[in-house]
Amino acid sequence: MAKLQQAIVLKKCPTGIRGFDEISSGGLPKGRPTLICGSAGCGKTVLAMEFLLRGAIQYKEPGVFVSFEETPKDLTQNFASLGYDLNDLIARKLIAMDHVYIERSEIEETGEYDLEGLFIRLAYAIDSIKAKRIVLDTIESLFSGLTNVGILRAELRRLFHWLKDRGITAVITGESGEKSLTRYSLEEYVADCVILLDFRIREQISTRRLRIIKYRGSSHGADEYPFLIEKTGISILPLTSLLLDHTVSNEHISSGIPRLDNMLAGNGFYRGSTILISGTAGTGKTSFATKFVEAACKRGERCLYLAFEESTNQIIRNMKSIGTDLAPWVKKGRLKFHASRPSLYGLEMHLVTIHKLIVEFKPKIVIVDPVSNLTAVGTPVEVKSVLTRLFDYLKASHVTTLLTDLIHFGSSLERTNEEISSLIDAWILLRDIEINGERNRGLYILKSRGMAHSNQIREVLLSDRGIELVDVYLGPGGVLTGSARATQEAKEKEEARDYQYEVDRRTHEAERKRKVLEAKIEGLRSEFDMESKELHIISADDKKRHKVGIANRSEMARLRKADRSTDSRKKGRKRT
Amino acid sequence: MKNKPVEKKKPAKSAPVEEVWILRLYVAGQTPKSIAALANLKCICEEYLAGKYQIEIIDLLKNPLLAKGDQILAIPTVVRQLPPPVKKLIGDLANTQRVLVGLDIKTA
Repeated sequence: MAKLQQAIVLKKCPTGIRGFDEISSGGLPKGRPTLICGSAGCGKTVLAMEFLLRGAIQYKEPGVFVSFEETPKDLTQNFASLGYDLNDLIARKLIAMDHVYIERSEIEETGEYDLEGLFIRLAYAIDSIKAKRIVLDTIESLFSGLTNVGILRAELRRLFHWLKDRGITAVITGESGEKSLTRYSLEEYVADCVILLDFRIREQISTRRLRIIKYRGSSHGADEYPFLIEKTGISILPLTSLLLDHTVSNEHISSGIPRLDNMLAGNGFYRGSTILISGTAGTGKTSFATKFVEAACKRGERCLYLAFEESTNQIIRNMKSIGTDLAPWVKKGRLKFHASRPSLYGLEMHLVTIHKLIVEFKPKIVIVDPVSNLTAVGTPVEVKSVLTRLFDYLKASHVTTLLTDLIHFGSSLERTNEEISSLIDAWILLRDIEINGERNRGLYILKSRGMAHSNQIREVLLSDRGIELVDVYLGPGGVLTGSARATQEAKEKEEARDYQYEVDRRTHEAERKRKVLEAKIEGLRSEFDMESKELHIISADDKKRHKVGIANRSEMARLRKADRSTDSRKKGRKRT
Repeated sequence: MKNKPVEKKKPAKSAPVEEVWILRLYVAGQTPKSIAALANLKCICEEYLAGKYQIEIIDLLKNPLLAKGDQILAIPTVVRQLPPPVKKLIGDLANTQRVLVGLDIKTA
């Protein structure tokens, strides 16, 4: 059973071309022919050539390059442009080359023939280096050199069978036709794998794309993938991870501005999140971005700064004015600038370039300044698709991305041009606050996923000490910033002082009153004491007098000899 | 069919300044087409170039490198080495008219 499965599963022949093996799940079908078609100048020959070179060098599979168009001299130059020495490879028996020259005017067809001569040449070339791969570039030239199409078609069919029988992985190139994939319908013979290259120009910007039209017996990516032809060959971007399954980090990283960190639940941004700083022109977006970069560089992390608006030197110079010196970090290799005009090439090409830079530089932080400039080179849908892929890729690699976005005057502040808000984890909005003929910068956090962030507006002050966030004046009159805030604050201070005076005065007054009262109370109390003392004396006097009176009366009674009892009753009544 | 290049030399008869025609026939083993081509070539040469031609037969199965060197694609192929310029004919040479045009043989 296992054996059967092994036999069934199509073997792949890795190309070694960046990104291609991913989208084709392993490479080209091993031992079978593959057709690469496309219009002139779309990169067919380069793709075929790289397949052969990488096969020979990386996978130890020697290859034969059969050229029907270019002379050996041209080919040597072409190989050299990819950084390979063809003559050396030929000497090492890794590559064999044959140039099939065919010119209709020099050939007279006089009857029945076959292409056995070609077969013999191929067989010889293959056997001479034990080749496993072959490129026929482009076999269609036979059609222009020979008139008998019937014979040609039969011979081509025989050729592809012959190559299959020999177990050679073949790449055949063909020019795009008007109605069919190739001008002479080569796809009819090469039915195993067909790759279409496309070279599109829209609004003067060109993008190369690659699509696997069919791949018999294998799964493959069905999308159009942008690719880039560079000094080192082709790179294709398989950036279509649509799964939202990347792992997340709980680590916080500082924004470089302590007060802003405080606003973000005190810790700053999450690592690996996508941060957007949007604002109208001149609100300090780049300044925020560079502060963030500086903080990261100080932590020892590598930063990639993609500048689409200003040149590297301009950014470095300008940021010195707010006390951020980036030059040492560039020198140390922690910070890398990549400044390019958005219109330099297509959007997809930017994506490829960025991807490549990220792979090479392995940054922890990526700044895109500004992301809105990329809209100039694509439609909103395209921009969103490209950015989604880019952010997904960055997130999956735990790279923290900070984007700045220029909002055009008059449009809604809370809507970015690219409608990328759903891709953004933390969104900081910088806005102008215009009051009393002044323009001041305000900042607030529009959203910050997964943290309790401040809802306050802060005023941004840019000075040579850097970025400061200060509280704006929030009062019944609304939000005040700038000198209005300063005035208001001074006014409030004065008012507070006045109020304090008033309070002090009243306190003093009360104290005075209290003291007066206390004095009065004291007076009254002493008066009262005097009175009560007097009363005492009086009553004592009274008692004495009474006693004396009684004594006198009893003496009198005794003297008068009055009845004791009645007399005493009368006396008691009288007294009461 | 002969394996070695066959030379057919016919000494010049009367013409004072004679062109020499050197024709090479490329074949790959003894296929019916090759045999037919050789027969046709001989026939035409005898008729129009009697006495001033040579035919060399090259079997590419034996000398595969020559296919590359002489830019041979189709089999059979006849190459007119002399007189210059080099001319190529492919096919079994059944169409005599085309052979004559291709080899630039003046029929008069």
